[in-house]
Amino acid sequence: MTYLAKSPWIIHYDASSCNGCDIEVLAALTPVYDVERFGIVNTGNPKHADVFLVTGSVNEQNREILKNTYDQMADPKVVVAIGICAASGGIFRECYNVMGGIDKVIPVDVFVPGCAARPEAIIDGVVKALGILEAKRQAMNDRPAATRKPAGDSV
Amino acid sequence: MEGGYLVQIIQLLLFLILFPLISAIVLLFAGKSFDTSWIVKISALGIGAVSLYLLAVGFDKGLITYAVSSGPVDLVMIIIELVIAVYLLYLGIRHKKYSAVILVLVQAALILWFEMTYGRHIELSYNLFFDQLSIIMALIVGIIGSLICVYSLGYMETYHQHHPEIKDRRRMFFFLLFAFLSAMFGLVFSNNLVWILFFWEITTFCSFVLIGYSQTEEATNNAFLALSMNLLGGVAFAAALIYIAAMDPSGRLLELNTLIHSGYVFAIIPAVLISFAGLTKAAQLPFSSWLLGAMVAPTPVSALLHSSTMVKAGVYIILRFAPVLTGTTEGLMIALVGGITFLLASCMAISQSNAKRVLAYSTIGNLGLIVACAGVGTYNLMWVAILLMIFHAVAKSLLFLCVGTVENRIGSRDIEDMGGLIERMPKLAVMMFIGMAGMFLAPFGMIISKWAAIEAFITAPFGLVFIVILAFGGSASLFFWCKWMGKIISVMRHQENLETGIRPEKWAVLYILTGLVVIVALIFPLISSALIEPFVMQIYGETTRLAQANITIMLLMLGLLIIMPFSMLFTGKAPRMAPPYMGGMTTEGGMKYTGSMGISHDLVLSNYYLKNYFGEEKLFMTGTLVCWGLILIALIMIVGVIL
Amino acid sequence: MIPEPYEAIVKAIIYLLLAPVLGGLIAGIDRKVTARMQGRVGPPLLQPFYDVGKFFEKENLVVTTTQNFYALSYLVFMAVAGALFFSGGDMLLVIFAFTLSHIFLVLGAYAAFSPYSHIGAERELIQIIAYEPMIILTAVGMYMVTKSFYVGSIVQSTTPIILYLPGVFIGYLIVLTIKLRKSPFDLSTSHHAHQEIVKGVTTDFAGPNLGRIEIAHWYEYVFLLGVVYLFFAWNPFIAIAAIIIAYFLEILIDNTTSRVKWQMTLRSAWLVAGTLGVINLGVLYYLRMVVVP
Repeated sequence: MTYLAKSPWIIHYDASSCNGCDIEVLAALTPVYDVERFGIVNTGNPKHADVFLVTGSVNEQNREILKNTYDQMADPKVVVAIGICAASGGIFRECYNVMGGIDKVIPVDVFVPGCAARPEAIIDGVVKALGILEAKRQAMNDRPAATRKPAGDSV
Repeated sequence: MEGGYLVQIIQLLLFLILFPLISAIVLLFAGKSFDTSWIVKISALGIGAVSLYLLAVGFDKGLITYAVSSGPVDLVMIIIELVIAVYLLYLGIRHKKYSAVILVLVQAALILWFEMTYGRHIELSYNLFFDQLSIIMALIVGIIGSLICVYSLGYMETYHQHHPEIKDRRRMFFFLLFAFLSAMFGLVFSNNLVWILFFWEITTFCSFVLIGYSQTEEATNNAFLALSMNLLGGVAFAAALIYIAAMDPSGRLLELNTLIHSGYVFAIIPAVLISFAGLTKAAQLPFSSWLLGAMVAPTPVSALLHSSTMVKAGVYIILRFAPVLTGTTEGLMIALVGGITFLLASCMAISQSNAKRVLAYSTIGNLGLIVACAGVGTYNLMWVAILLMIFHAVAKSLLFLCVGTVENRIGSRDIEDMGGLIERMPKLAVMMFIGMAGMFLAPFGMIISKWAAIEAFITAPFGLVFIVILAFGGSASLFFWCKWMGKIISVMRHQENLETGIRPEKWAVLYILTGLVVIVALIFPLISSALIEPFVMQIYGETTRLAQANITIMLLMLGLLIIMPFSMLFTGKAPRMAPPYMGGMTTEGGMKYTGSMGISHDLVLSNYYLKNYFGEEKLFMTGTLVCWGLILIALIMIVGVIL
Repeated sequence: MIPEPYEAIVKAIIYLLLAPVLGGLIAGIDRKVTARMQGRVGPPLLQPFYDVGKFFEKENLVVTTTQNFYALSYLVFMAVAGALFFSGGDMLLVIFAFTLSHIFLVLGAYAAFSPYSHIGAERELIQIIAYEPMIILTAVGMYMVTKSFYVGSIVQSTTPIILYLPGVFIGYLIVLTIKLRKSPFDLSTSHHAHQEIVKGVTTDFAGPNLGRIEIAHWYEYVFLLGVVYLFFAWNPFIAIAAIIIAYFLEILIDNTTSRVKWQMTLRSAWLVAGTLGVINLGVLYYLRMVVVP
């Protein structure tokens, strides 16, 4: 029995999205889709979050921010890359400052395609991520605490 | 041996009054090459040990009065008073402080008039006395006072290293400290009001010189401010003596224990006049500015004179007159002055970032609370007031000394500069934490007293007013303590440890005082039943205490609080450290963040001071007006009684 | 009177065991009702338990290890305060223990040395000084009616306390909004997802520490609603109805008001305590203590 899958809290970060996917993410939180039915809460704080939703491609400016935010999430955690930009850089791929998909900086667990990704797809992606989250939790418990390698740089 | 203890106790009393005086004189005249620090330490040890011995011998004895011949002593006292008056006149004229000059003249004239007209014919028999309240005061003076003297040794050395421009007058400094201790013992053991006034004036004088220690313009001005305000009280005190002597030529009523039992009609006038003197000494509102000014003095002076002992003399004398003030309108007015002072001082402390000013306001506020209890003066409030006095003396002296030590090391007494003290000076930060907990957290002392005060005020006349004051003032004090506490316990990483080079005797004093804060909270039921309850019983014929069940719960809570920090040793999951959340822009372990253009900035966090709401000017003006009004009502009422 | 020790201990243990369950359910109902007010289905009733269960499954992520101590102390002293209350202890002692626990939360936030936590801590302190006078006046009011500070005696009183303390009750409800961290007074942290200072005091707590803080909130709910019960203690049915109505009102206020500034919070809370509370007590004091001593 796990509580993690019943209470996935998300943090949403706009890397360099055109805001198309962001609007869809927020749409999923509206009363129409009401993701709180599944215990999903949009926290806005990496330390409280389990699922990291990233929209847009990663660029030279926000690389550190993305990495910091990811590091500040407590294990187990999953990353969902939303939209084609987050997956590969999308139409911004060739820009001088764009590094490409966010998997260039942090490990991504689920890619949700689309330009922009639809709310249903986003919800579906988060639900898929929950399975991975559960697997990570088990993996974390199986390993004794002492040998566990910290996910981020410890300070 | 029946009655043998009487002799023993009088010897102890005389020892406590004279021994610090002898030490003071030795310190003043010791040769330059002579290492005086040993004299200070040995004297301090002697005073502390004898105070404790006095407790052991005298705690179960009740009120004892002593017949001491006063003839030659009186003469010596008058001569000393006149010498001091002449010296003050000289200084006053030299610094062009004419208000102080006038007050000195008025007071000297009153005292001379008293001596010429009445004093010569009065031969009091019972000049000294002794009861549980005296023991409590003697312990405060003897233990905390001597600890602070030892602490001063190290402090003053560093002080002069940091301030080479200030003339080294340490010889006089220690002379005054010990003379002051002697005067305090004299004050609490004297039954003769003339003697009390004498010792009262000595403490005023010591305070005056010590505030002006650095001889800067600010220090001199503040010293004269303190002098003027205390002399105003002294004038009222002298007026009370003249009134008593004029009304009762035998002079029997100049004995404190006779006076307070002489009935409302006679005693209320001296009671109000002397309480007025007490208000000035305890820096209650119209007079609170002198105590804030006194913070320019070296920190041990603030700890000794301006928080734990001398200002306590002000409330002590009001406590002595509490039985007279009970249920009178005059008493109510004095209590209201105290209550309003408590409320406003607690609020004003919120707006201060200078640590010593915060401590000063908190001292003024807590003295106000004691005055409020004493002014209403029912038996259970008397109990509360004494308890407050003990807890306050211990915790506040610790806090002053901690701030002094920190100031010595970091060169600032601003709370904003004390961020992350837990990393930089861990031991000292924990001590400050305990001291502050002693001031406002359950189940430590002050909060026990506030709780008992609420329960006591509820049955007292007009008690509701004071309960409302306590509810609001207590919350305000919680705010300023807690944000200060928060400042010192913020964990700012990668800081240099500054705790080196603090002298061992300073540490010893700090450890003992920290221990005392905890011990007093643990054994207060014992203090209550051994000292406070018998005293209240003897004055009022009834007494009070906390319910046994509540004491047990409090002790359990205290125990819990003591063991809670050990929980840090048993964390279930090994914690992973991550820097604080700053929108992903954190760098360098959370001490910096990246701003626009990739520039790295230091993270600076400041506390709230809410100046628009709790600013000094507005509240101080209001308080001064209201409290002057209340004092005037009380004075008009006693004029009414005279007529 | 002072309750028998054994009886008191049993009651305290029952509170310690059941209050988190009840508090969690209250939080669940709160979220459900809130969702319905917003035209949503809302989370399952047991969602708060899932959340807390999850917190304990997560890694213990801290800024400083002292946070563990502060979070645990917050929980322990909140539980102590509630246990004292439900075992019939002295109201004032309960209030002091209650304040002590909040101080630990504030210190935990300060310890993190983080901008959001710091502002959260300052705001939490402002909230504490805003509500504390009213809570003390509530206890004093109860004393004036029942002549006892002991919850055990107050609860057995046959006097309808609410009739004597209507002003105090309204004042208490207003500070209850602050205490339950509901709009318009959810300055320092709120149960909603976001606010302008991220999550205020709890921003830098994660995993098990956040779970402890949440459980402490549950203990707190039960204690705070227990005080509402005391106003109606002469009739348990009315009392429970009053608790339900009071809580429903709080949810309604939460969903229909927007957050105010700290100035407004402090001013309104002190104004309420200073007018409704003090006038109510003043009248009562005059009648009870002066007219019929």
